[in-house]
Amino acid sequence: MSTCSVSKGCFVFKPNSKKRKISSTADYFSEGNNDSEDSELRFDTCQLLWKRIKSETEQLQEDLNKKLYDNLISFLRQSHSDFKEKKTEWACRMKSSEIPAAALVLGVNVTDHDLTFKSLSEALCEDITPFVVSLRSKECPGIKHLLQKFMAQLMGCHIEVDSYEEGECSKASPNRMRCSVASLTDWYRNITKKKYTDTPCKKETFSSRHWEPPPVVVIFKDMESFTTKVLQDFIIIISQCIHEFPLVLIFGIATSPVIIHKLLPHSVSSLLCIELFQSLSCKDHLSTVIDKLLLTSQFPFKLSEKVLQVLINIFLYHDFSVHNFIKGFQLSLLEHFYSHPLSVLCCDLQESRKRVNFLSHNQCENIRRLPSFRRFVESQASKKQTVLLTDDACLKEETQVLLQDLHTYHENYFPVLRCLHAFTSSLPNYPLGKQIRELHCACLERKVWETEDYESAIQLVRMLAKDELIAILQKCIEIITLSSARCLGNSTEKLEEYLDHFKNLEATDDQEEPVSSLKEIQKKTDLYRLQKTLLEMKESRRLKKLTKFEMLRFEVVDFIDSLVRSYLVPPETQTLHEVMYFSMASTLREHLNAAPRIAVHTALNNPYFYLKNEALESNTGCISNAAPDICIAYKLHLECGRLINLVDWLEAFSTVVTAAEDQNSTVKDQMEEIIHYRDCPKRGFIAAECCPHSFCILLRFSPCCSLQHQLLGDLEVQGSQVRSVLVLY
Amino acid sequence: MPRSGRGYLERLAVSSSSSCILGSARRKHLATPTGIKMPAFKHRGYPEEALLRLEGLVPCRESQVSTLLSVFGERQHFSFPALFIYGHTSSGKTYVMQTLLKTLELPYVFVNCNECYASRLLLEELLRQLQRLSSEEEDLAPVSCDSFNDFIRFFKQRTMMLDLQNQTVYVVLDNAERLREMEANILPGFLRLQELTDQNVTVILLSEIVWELLRPDMGCLEPMPLYFPDYSIGHLQKILSHDHPPEYSFDFYAAYINILLGVFYPVCRDLKELRHLAVLNFSKYCEPVIQGEAKERDTRRLWKNIESHLKKAMQTVYLREISSSQWEQLQEDNGESGQLKGLSAHAHVELPYYSKFLLIAAYLASYNPARTDKRFFLKHHGTTRKKNIQKKHDKTSNHLLGPKAFPLDRLLAIFHSIIDSRVAPTANIFSQISSLVTLQLLTLVGHDDPLNGPRYKCNVSLDFIRAVSRMVNFDIVRYLYDFL
Repeated sequence: MSTCSVSKGCFVFKPNSKKRKISSTADYFSEGNNDSEDSELRFDTCQLLWKRIKSETEQLQEDLNKKLYDNLISFLRQSHSDFKEKKTEWACRMKSSEIPAAALVLGVNVTDHDLTFKSLSEALCEDITPFVVSLRSKECPGIKHLLQKFMAQLMGCHIEVDSYEEGECSKASPNRMRCSVASLTDWYRNITKKKYTDTPCKKETFSSRHWEPPPVVVIFKDMESFTTKVLQDFIIIISQCIHEFPLVLIFGIATSPVIIHKLLPHSVSSLLCIELFQSLSCKDHLSTVIDKLLLTSQFPFKLSEKVLQVLINIFLYHDFSVHNFIKGFQLSLLEHFYSHPLSVLCCDLQESRKRVNFLSHNQCENIRRLPSFRRFVESQASKKQTVLLTDDACLKEETQVLLQDLHTYHENYFPVLRCLHAFTSSLPNYPLGKQIRELHCACLERKVWETEDYESAIQLVRMLAKDELIAILQKCIEIITLSSARCLGNSTEKLEEYLDHFKNLEATDDQEEPVSSLKEIQKKTDLYRLQKTLLEMKESRRLKKLTKFEMLRFEVVDFIDSLVRSYLVPPETQTLHEVMYFSMASTLREHLNAAPRIAVHTALNNPYFYLKNEALESNTGCISNAAPDICIAYKLHLECGRLINLVDWLEAFSTVVTAAEDQNSTVKDQMEEIIHYRDCPKRGFIAAECCPHSFCILLRFSPCCSLQHQLLGDLEVQGSQVRSVLVLY
Repeated sequence: MPRSGRGYLERLAVSSSSSCILGSARRKHLATPTGIKMPAFKHRGYPEEALLRLEGLVPCRESQVSTLLSVFGERQHFSFPALFIYGHTSSGKTYVMQTLLKTLELPYVFVNCNECYASRLLLEELLRQLQRLSSEEEDLAPVSCDSFNDFIRFFKQRTMMLDLQNQTVYVVLDNAERLREMEANILPGFLRLQELTDQNVTVILLSEIVWELLRPDMGCLEPMPLYFPDYSIGHLQKILSHDHPPEYSFDFYAAYINILLGVFYPVCRDLKELRHLAVLNFSKYCEPVIQGEAKERDTRRLWKNIESHLKKAMQTVYLREISSSQWEQLQEDNGESGQLKGLSAHAHVELPYYSKFLLIAAYLASYNPARTDKRFFLKHHGTTRKKNIQKKHDKTSNHLLGPKAFPLDRLLAIFHSIIDSRVAPTANIFSQISSLVTLQLLTLVGHDDPLNGPRYKCNVSLDFIRAVSRMVNFDIVRYLYDFL
């Protein structure tokens, strides 16, 4: 792939996966960088960290999917036992045999499905059956292709099973394979017979894991995109051999299970025994991922508010894809270690302390340049200031202390955040957000206690009922004890104390109120006295003594408030936060949320932006002849209306181009231009419309249209799986 | 030609004689309905005992079977070259054919055309079965047969090899309407198979459509049509009560079937489906009897017990809203169906925020005429509103006409005008559009001209889009031209 071609246009690359990029380009990491301090170490740290994060996310994925898989497997087991008992009972004999089918609703985040299906088929292969076939609609435009694919995968896994001694079966090439029901049943009979005879002598482990007889599982990865006819035919065909061997279909559904009824007529769906399985909603999935990746002091790398907001926005507004979210997280990790020389310190506390000792002078200067560090220095005594700014050793010592502080800050931050969330998550209207991520963002952004939302939230917390408060307090105690924060030890005691108080209150429930003033009103009085009593009542209500419970409630709320004020300060106020926080939101947005239309317009209007050629700079308004032809053509077209007279256009073009040159080159230029014009439609920039008047050709210039088209057509756009890297010229 | 002609003559002779016999038999049967039952089929070509067995196996299809028998003639007789049997789903075509051929031990090959997407497969399958038919044990290598010409050759070879010449070989093609999709020579070829192979063979086509729809344009040898009418309610009752479980008496089960048909007959006449439903719900029907609350004769009580249950089944299991195994589970747990929702109950689709607006915009673009866009989406649309409302009344509703295609640019324009915030036209927005296409919420139409940009149609219902717009607080009805 090279972009050095003469032709001008837009090149779309499907990027290699980022992982590969890292491994192959460790030196790229240092080369393309201005601040190449410790680049190798940074790269290693980055990879190590990513490995940890990756394994964590994979673990997470597995746990989340476990329930779904368990359900599915029990369904399979059920249908499997049905198959085995089939011939005995009267009812089973008379019932028309249906193909068990699991409708797997996975949500609209199509990008994530691949992973799910992969792990699903792995899990099935592991424990249940070697015969797992997964089909995608793209591979099966017709029933013929589908059956061929199906058979090929079945025979393929069969070869894998009894690896080498099976010579003759592998010879049958899939093209000439006879894809009929008869051959399928024959094949199944052969393979099971073979296995039965084989098992006593070898492969004990293999057969014990799989069920007997092993069912054939067919997974339709994207049910929506299959054509009705293919699906119907396949089900009808396959229903012929349901008596011969156990068969299970799994439909991967992105939208809603109603699609089954839309795709299959009653005559076909009556062949199926459909059960519904729903995976975790992707929003819950995201919450768990954020909970495990971001809201923990386990990983030193952190995202700033803006970056997190970008990632969450892409998720909520665009794709719902957790996979993409993690990719975005990976990108920011990479970008952080790539762009920030001090990111070398972004590792575990012990390690980073060691590294501080080995920092070069340049790096020390880098530290001094950090805004947060400057602020810190300014707050010190003047003598200390000079020492910090001149003596490297002293600086290193101080840095170690600061890093320790930062670490403690994180250790305290997350438990307190969770406690606050425990209080605010059940309030009406959710003034601080329903999800903990919203609260986290709010805390990252600014001092949360200064916001109006916080005010109203605290107001509402002051009105909580007793049992709610007790439950929340218990939760808080749990959170803090589970966390490793040492400084929060006393607060646990304090909270436990409060909890005891509340429980004791229950015993000594005092009910001295209400005063019998109401009865006084009901007595017959004159107007004056009535007014007086009413006023008194109002007064007394205002000054009403707080009950013990209310007092206690106020105390608790104040205590929580104090916790928030001391521990939930935004990270920007912490010294050296730049080391751990990635804050280049705009870079990330540029990478993850590219705007192709705008890019093309910029390129055509202002070629300097991409070409960086001095000659092109700063000529606003007029059209320079130094610009690439296509820019000139584009600008000239802007001056016309929707349709352009070709002759006029060419005339204008040659005028611009030849403005500074000598006259004799005109002819040549025009020739070029004609060639150029002939090329244009090919590249999709110009549409020729039929002209009403025969002597002029009218053209329509439509760069954007074609580009969108390119994006929609050429890129395989499922979700935003493919990140487009647009290189212009 | 001469051979086939002779076969034809023979057939005529046989059929006339046998129909004579049959006719008299039927007359006797009608005359003495309660008297001694006479055997329905009589044919001198086949053993009496096999015919009797056949009679037991094909209830309510006696007249069709006797016609078939008379058409077939004796084993060695040439029969009609091609038969075309048609009738609705589950009117017993396949079953009768198979039972007939099996019980009388006639040589036949039976292929379901549904399974064969290409003619090659069909022909090879036929040959394979023919091979099995002739040579019991030894498995010859499967032949590859690419054209009908090869088929004829192989067919001849095979039948010559065994002494099948003095017996009629029956080639049965189920779901024969599929033959239309194959090469043009296949169907006429099969119809003339007797003549082409010069063998004693009869092709029987089973189909759900009438011959007129299947007949090739170029003309062909007309097969003899035979219609299988639908089973009447009486027939269904008789057939269904036939397979009563061994623990219960015939009468008990027949009463149950009677109730079942009372509920389901108006909506479903499919025998297979009815049988399935009968089995599914029978345990519920038996419940009072097992618990000792009712006697087997206590029909009224049993009816009360089962009727509402059956009605519920009609709304759920029959429509495959919940699967039959789930239904059985429910019966065991004694009908708490609250937690179990049908497939249609899960119609809600969660979409990303912009996707929702894109979908709404697509819906508006599909159902509003383009000329009204100005009015809905421009800030100052002037005073034309009233005039338009009056004009509108003589128009057909766009919702009745279905969605119309719209270009991408219009979609984006509407999208930008209905969304509150400013949205940059990023790659993500475009990819969401194609995501919606893969989810079948939008459909791409006429994508042949690369310069004009793609055109779409919105594929969702009004209810769906209403639910979506409710979630984002967008009052879609106000923007729809039909509802002004």
